[in-house]
Amino acid sequence: MELKQIKILLEISHSEEIMRRYFVVNGFDGALTMLGLLMGFYVSEYVDFTVVITTCLAAALALGMSGVSSAYISEAAERRRTLMELEKAMVTSLDESHHARATTWIPWLVALVNGIAPLLIGLIIISPIWIAHNGMLLALEPLPMAMIVALFIIFLLGVFLGRIGGTFWLWSGLQSLVVALMTVGLIYLLG
Amino acid sequence: MARVKRLVLDVLKPHKPNTLEFARAIAASGEGCQVDIQVLEMDEQTETLQVMIEGDSLDFDQISSVIDENGASLHSIDEVSVVGK
Repeated sequence: MELKQIKILLEISHSEEIMRRYFVVNGFDGALTMLGLLMGFYVSEYVDFTVVITTCLAAALALGMSGVSSAYISEAAERRRTLMELEKAMVTSLDESHHARATTWIPWLVALVNGIAPLLIGLIIISPIWIAHNGMLLALEPLPMAMIVALFIIFLLGVFLGRIGGTFWLWSGLQSLVVALMTVGLIYLLG
Repeated sequence: MARVKRLVLDVLKPHKPNTLEFARAIAASGEGCQVDIQVLEMDEQTETLQVMIEGDSLDFDQISSVIDENGASLHSIDEVSVVGK
């Protein structure tokens, strides 16, 4: 499918906004899950990096799969219902239209974005541990370094939301950061 | 073969694509094709349009397929202007 065609389908189905929302929501889920796991490993004191990488990778993959499947199922059902309503209003079949194509393709696109967000963010967060595991030196210990990356990504997601919503970017970034720090604090208390 | 110079169509379309995008899509169906659209009626999910298309040699099949692709349906051909060879 051509890029122009995808753009038409996105416009017709108002999907850009939905995809943006899914990316941020599931990306936030992914970042916070990774942060929680890393903090759990950190308070457990000694943990083998191979275990950390495998666990985080498995969690990121699971979040990715969950994101793809849940978004596809809900979006496909929602799109089918919308198309049926439109066909009823038009009193004709829209099988050959962009609307029908959007009903087929947009759920896949939305699902992909919803799944890729936590997977990609998870991979970025664990990259310092992977780098250290492969013998490269980092400025900080790998676990705190990865946690800083997670906090930074969560802050950026907040900033992104602030810019979309037209609120002050620093304020929304800090709001997200507070949620992340509260999570870290709770896990620290548990440990 | 006779050339179609002008068409006035009665079309029902969903709100998306909007009228401007719809007009652009039809205009892109032929070189020098001029499209004027008047919205006659607006419902919750649809709008009824009077589409006036002018050009040197309009391809009705192509126009019809653009209308279908955009989820619209052609209700009637209200006016035509055709020139013989």
